Amino acid sequence: MTPTASSVLGKDLLGLEHLSAEQINVILDTAGPLKEISERAIKKVPTLRGATVVNLFFEASTRTRISFEFAEKRLSADTVNVASSGSSISKGETLVDTARNLEAMRIDMVVIRHHASGAAKFLAERIESNVINAGDGTHEHPTQGLLDLLTLRDKLGDLRGKRICICGDVLHSRVARSNIWGLTKLGAEVAVCGPRSLLPNAIGEMGVQVFDRIEQAIEWADALNVLRLQLERMQAGYIPSLREYNRVFGVTSERLDRAPRDILILHPGPMNRGVEIDSDVADGPHSVILDQVTNGVAVRMAVLYLLAGNKPTLATAARGDA
Amino acid sequence: MWCRAWGNCRLSLPLAATRDVKPEVKAGVKPEVVPDASFPVRRQAYFIPEMPPTSSIVLSAKSLERTVSRMADEILERNDGAEGLILVGIQRRGVQIAARIAQLIKDRDGATVPLGALDITLYRDDLQTVGPRPVVGRTDLPGDLEGKRVVIVDDVLFTGRTIRAALDELADFGRPARVGLAVLIDRGGRELPIQPDVVGKHVEVPLGGRVDVFISELDGRDEVVLNVMERT
Repeated sequence: MTPTASSVLGKDLLGLEHLSAEQINVILDTAGPLKEISERAIKKVPTLRGATVVNLFFEASTRTRISFEFAEKRLSADTVNVASSGSSISKGETLVDTARNLEAMRIDMVVIRHHASGAAKFLAERIESNVINAGDGTHEHPTQGLLDLLTLRDKLGDLRGKRICICGDVLHSRVARSNIWGLTKLGAEVAVCGPRSLLPNAIGEMGVQVFDRIEQAIEWADALNVLRLQLERMQAGYIPSLREYNRVFGVTSERLDRAPRDILILHPGPMNRGVEIDSDVADGPHSVILDQVTNGVAVRMAVLYLLAGNKPTLATAARGDA
Repeated sequence: MWCRAWGNCRLSLPLAATRDVKPEVKAGVKPEVVPDASFPVRRQAYFIPEMPPTSSIVLSAKSLERTVSRMADEILERNDGAEGLILVGIQRRGVQIAARIAQLIKDRDGATVPLGALDITLYRDDLQTVGPRPVVGRTDLPGDLEGKRVVIVDDVLFTGRTIRAALDELADFGRPARVGLAVLIDRGGRELPIQPDVVGKHVEVPLGGRVDVFISELDGRDEVVLNVMERT
């Protein structure tokens, strides 16, 4: 279905892979003015008054869940948080049953984070409510990708021809995937850098360069998006030790001092200070990490605003082909 | 029958069927036409080719300049000077008109009036029904509104719903001592109890008609045009 003006995004936001550059730009252009709402004394607009949003989090999350909740509340939506522990999910209820029960209580939107890749799409095809993917397995984390794009666009302007390198554990990172798809769509040149054990074999097929040394990446890039090294990877044998990882791939101020141009440092959080990124870099002049967090609320408000109301009729949803 | 739709529809009954009964042209109100019972009314409708709208110039560049100039004077008069005054333009075109008024006040009074911009999209009462999501513009208000005399500036006043939304949004920024409304064109057809304090020009707009304001900052020329669908 071609996107029309009446449904810029359609019913759901499942990932950036299937969005057009135009659709991504509409979200980012909408997020810009929405930032101002968070600066007001009364941080609320009545746009989604009466809409009910359920935050369905099957995986631990602080930043994303709180960011979504702020976005929903600043648009005046009513929100309910469901975590997997302490709910019937821990009694073995299936995802669809949980969602259908919620829907029977007349909800309008579901924000879902799930440990299985494709969970958001699976749900979106089975319920009538708008579904927003807040991270599904190692697949995509579209709102994180969008907030990274917004931060980069704010700082670098038009992203066409700009060079962005994604560093670290690309293999397990849904943030990396959303970033690569989003950035290439907006015309940026994308590279990845990390130990070969943490890069997907077929990474070249995503149209990105590969750097084996962080020094090369720093020399090449306008911005580095430093991914979190998930500590459990060490036990799984992907890297020899955290200390060695920091020594070879850590983003340190000594390395950044040798950068030939101004370089931006992004990190999706939570940071392991002293592993993938040093403290003086995280808190230093190159870092836009807190801008990312601020932009996160605006981007999520934009997504909620653009999706709300885009619904198939009950009949098409029931047929399951919506 | 035809009268209900003449504004924007090609489906039409011959005018003769209604003889001398002229529809009362009043914006916002559907004219009622009672056909003469003694006259044989032809019930069959036929299609007429869509006529191009006729345009007439309501304000030329020169008269627009004069009008805005008078509006600036009236605002100063009503507020007894520029003290504590804030001009808030509604996106878009209201913003540019507000900027011109502020410049005129500066020329005349020497006072610099703070300017604000208001985008009311997120406060609209029809977001549930409008198809395409309207583009959100920037809201930017100069400082605290507490105790200030705010004048909302817009290009065309029609149903009053935009102003209702603007009042709601302003309330989220503080409690001004007074809120006034200045519009370049008042085209009637109010759906809410809202009246302007300062009006550039009243325009009678028949149903289906449209007033277009062109501002050189955005459109490359200054002009106000009334478009009316031809009804023959």
